[in-house]
Amino acid sequence: MAGSTPASAIASQPLGKATASVSPWAEAWRRFKRHRLAYWSLWVLALLALAVLLGPLVYKVGINDVDFKARLAPPSTTHLMGTDDLGRDLLARMLYGGRISLAVGVAAMLMALTVGVVIGAVAGISGGWVDAALMWLTDLFLSLPQLPLLLLLIFLFREALKQMFGLELGIFILIVAVIGGFRWMPVARLVRAQFFSLREKEFVEAARALGASVPRQVVRHILPNSLGPVIVAGTIDVAAAIIAESTLSFLGLGFPPDIPTWGRILYDSRDFMDIAMHWALFPGLAIFITVLTINFIGDGLRDALDPRRVL
Amino acid sequence: MLNYVLRRLLIALPSLLGISVVLFTVLALAPGDPFEELATNPNVPPEVRMALRAQFGLDDPIWQRYLHWLGSMLKGDWGFSFVSRINVDQLIGQRIPVTLAVIGASQILALAIALPVGILAAVKPYSWFDRIASSLAFVGFSLPTFFTGILFILLFSIELGWLPFVFRADLTETGWAWWRENIKQSIMPVAVLGLFQAASWMRYVRSSVLDVIRLDYVTTARSKGLTERVVINKHVVRNALIPVVTLIALQLPQLFGGAIVTEQIFRIPGIGSLLIDAILRNDTPVVMAVTFVLSALVILFNLLADVIYGWLDPRISYR
Repeated sequence: MAGSTPASAIASQPLGKATASVSPWAEAWRRFKRHRLAYWSLWVLALLALAVLLGPLVYKVGINDVDFKARLAPPSTTHLMGTDDLGRDLLARMLYGGRISLAVGVAAMLMALTVGVVIGAVAGISGGWVDAALMWLTDLFLSLPQLPLLLLLIFLFREALKQMFGLELGIFILIVAVIGGFRWMPVARLVRAQFFSLREKEFVEAARALGASVPRQVVRHILPNSLGPVIVAGTIDVAAAIIAESTLSFLGLGFPPDIPTWGRILYDSRDFMDIAMHWALFPGLAIFITVLTINFIGDGLRDALDPRRVL
Repeated sequence: MLNYVLRRLLIALPSLLGISVVLFTVLALAPGDPFEELATNPNVPPEVRMALRAQFGLDDPIWQRYLHWLGSMLKGDWGFSFVSRINVDQLIGQRIPVTLAVIGASQILALAIALPVGILAAVKPYSWFDRIASSLAFVGFSLPTFFTGILFILLFSIELGWLPFVFRADLTETGWAWWRENIKQSIMPVAVLGLFQAASWMRYVRSSVLDVIRLDYVTTARSKGLTERVVINKHVVRNALIPVVTLIALQLPQLFGGAIVTEQIFRIPGIGSLLIDAILRNDTPVVMAVTFVLSALVILFNLLADVIYGWLDPRISYR
């Protein structure tokens, strides 16, 4: 790019007067706060997570408590988000579903990051035919149509896992594994690219000259320096996993009907859209707000963790 | 150029084989048995079941079954749908035109929005137009397609009553009326898919144009006295589109996911709803064939992207 960015942030500062040294994380936080939308998104998301975690402790209405007098009731003081066709309180179901949706998002992200970092690191440090084979695998996975395969896998393995781990946990494990198993490829590519450039850098060479073993070079020197883009990708992955889980539930192939995730509530509301609009709007809005805030946070982190960017 | 296309084709074939192996392994590893119903049916003696298994080759080793399956796929013998009672290739042939039409129209809509908006936003970065467009794009790709679909139905079908929300393949009208009805019922699905795509593509176009517009050759073109329009259209956009084509090709697999969801919301009788029906009804041959067709389409479009890539950037095809 025709130089619009200075070579480094320090280059333009007057030398001599020593600035107090800050840890890289404090520095990242300072830069993150500059991105207004990302900063406020973090608060909104934290609030949402808090509500979902602590809400059921305060709001003591069962998710399956039936109130026949108020079926399909619009929001009111007794039912803050209204009720569904069986008179079950939607707020209670939303809070419960939010726990599952967020848990699926975070767990699938961790899974995708672990697989991606391991594959990317192995490919990036070995090179040669290992790298070629792993990248072929990555490209193959990238060209698989994900949703059809997700549906296929869930359809085929649902019963077996249900029997092994019980209803809720079995489906949870399956969905997390399947979503995570289809989202590691971008991370693997990122990590591999980072490794390729980092392993030739002087500080790694210095470590090598000092006799550091390959695992130590990777764990102590290369990996920590390649984490920035990985964190960004991980954030976006949480949003993608939440959308994927809701999509599966919305297609009737996610969690079973008695476990109200946001996607499932939306799916159940489909046949009553004309008479009970609130039923569809609340879960949809919840998914939208969660995904939007996570995407903004990812955007903020991208700016904050990019060392070439002056903020 | 021909050489280049042939080379890409040779790379695409192993991927197709790889995908078929993945699909077959998944199906072979899965618990459950296509003859399970027969096993629980007391009227079918076990010998008959065993004979059937042997006839369909279910007891052969897995690689033999794979080769057998691959051979019959290549011969065009895609099996027989348990549920619909017709050949799978016929079934897919009936369903795929609607899907391709909806996807195609939505892609055109997405391009028609993303290209001009992305370019205009990048030409004047951080202007009001850019800010509004970028924020809308962020909102657009954070809205899952199933929710936008529901919002559209709520607004345009239920509140306003302008558009039908069930897609009908058996329209009785003929001639112009048929076209009008078809366009009317396609507006919402196409818009849902197209707007979602447009939102993410607009960001790619914007950042890609921003990268190119600062390069020296653009300054040269301007200093030659070319009008801004020529500089942007002839010099900037063509080069900026190269990375965009790659990103679009990489996103294709997701597009089919979006198509499945929209087909489900608007009850479009396309290949996506066929897949869901087949999964819910345990119709294994159809599930296998549809997943394979979708994978093949992804690879085909990737190939197409490679060709477009070679046309946009001639350096690539000579490498």
